[in-house]
Amino acid sequence: MATPTVVPIDKIIPHTVKPREDTGLNNVKIGIWLFLASEVMLFGGLFASYILLRVGADRWPRGEEYLSIPWATANTLILIASSVTMVMAWASCIRKDFGKYRLYMGLTVLGGLGFMIIKYIEYTSKFHHGYFPSTNTFLAVYFTLTGLHALHVLSGMIVNLYFWGPGAKMWHTEHERFTNRVETAGLFWHFVDLVWIFLFPILYLL
Amino acid sequence: MSGTSYDQIDVDHHVKIYLRVFAALAVLTVITVAVAELHLAPGWAIALALTIATVKGSLVACYFMHLISEKKLIYALLILAALFFLFELILPFVTENNSLHQIL
Repeated sequence: MATPTVVPIDKIIPHTVKPREDTGLNNVKIGIWLFLASEVMLFGGLFASYILLRVGADRWPRGEEYLSIPWATANTLILIASSVTMVMAWASCIRKDFGKYRLYMGLTVLGGLGFMIIKYIEYTSKFHHGYFPSTNTFLAVYFTLTGLHALHVLSGMIVNLYFWGPGAKMWHTEHERFTNRVETAGLFWHFVDLVWIFLFPILYLL
Repeated sequence: MSGTSYDQIDVDHHVKIYLRVFAALAVLTVITVAVAELHLAPGWAIALALTIATVKGSLVACYFMHLISEKKLIYALLILAALFFLFELILPFVTENNSLHQIL
């Protein structure tokens, strides 16, 4: 039985891997940046709501009155570390070191899992103390922003887990395309990290 | 890292930069928390915290997301997104002051 040959994706859909001559970019790169631009709008609207609600409030509590700064600091460091392992996974693709790639991508997924576990601990602690989104405006903003962000972390974890596991088959058939995919997943993951970098001080520290 | 052939990338140099950026981000995170513990006046506290967050965000965007060596089209796209983002931030204040009715 003959081994099926892989038709390069650029033969089917041009510029999926190779960049266009006029822009110097492939379609995937433009696509992910357009998506991230829309994400900026999504979080931007919520940040604007936060500012408006805070400025209009008679009293706005400091984050530490309701939230745990040590847990949030740990989560910040975990997410930053997972961003580094993500970019190291991409570097391992370029070095063509599959073992290192699996290691770093696995660590990235574990970083996301660690973040979600801490978030679960934080949320259950709030609920245990009777703090819900309906309790006051601060908690409504807190749960909305961190909940939406946590959904993004979960989404990124699912994509990264796919590229760690079944999706990694492409490593052996279309390596350059696979490397592009890892870079694209990384851009989303770094964006999630970037959003948290701003959420951490405005919700927990100010 | 768009448009650059993977064979042309000096990975070892990039990895060194990633590790330095990681160290800088970790230190800045600790500084952010330390500054919050000083209980400065609200104006100063907000300005400092957001300045540090902006530096951290820039490091992530420039080095991890490779924006420092991206193509012009991506920059143009992000400038457009930034303008809309600023509009989103300003809009509530305009409407809050009921000035929108005067503008319209």
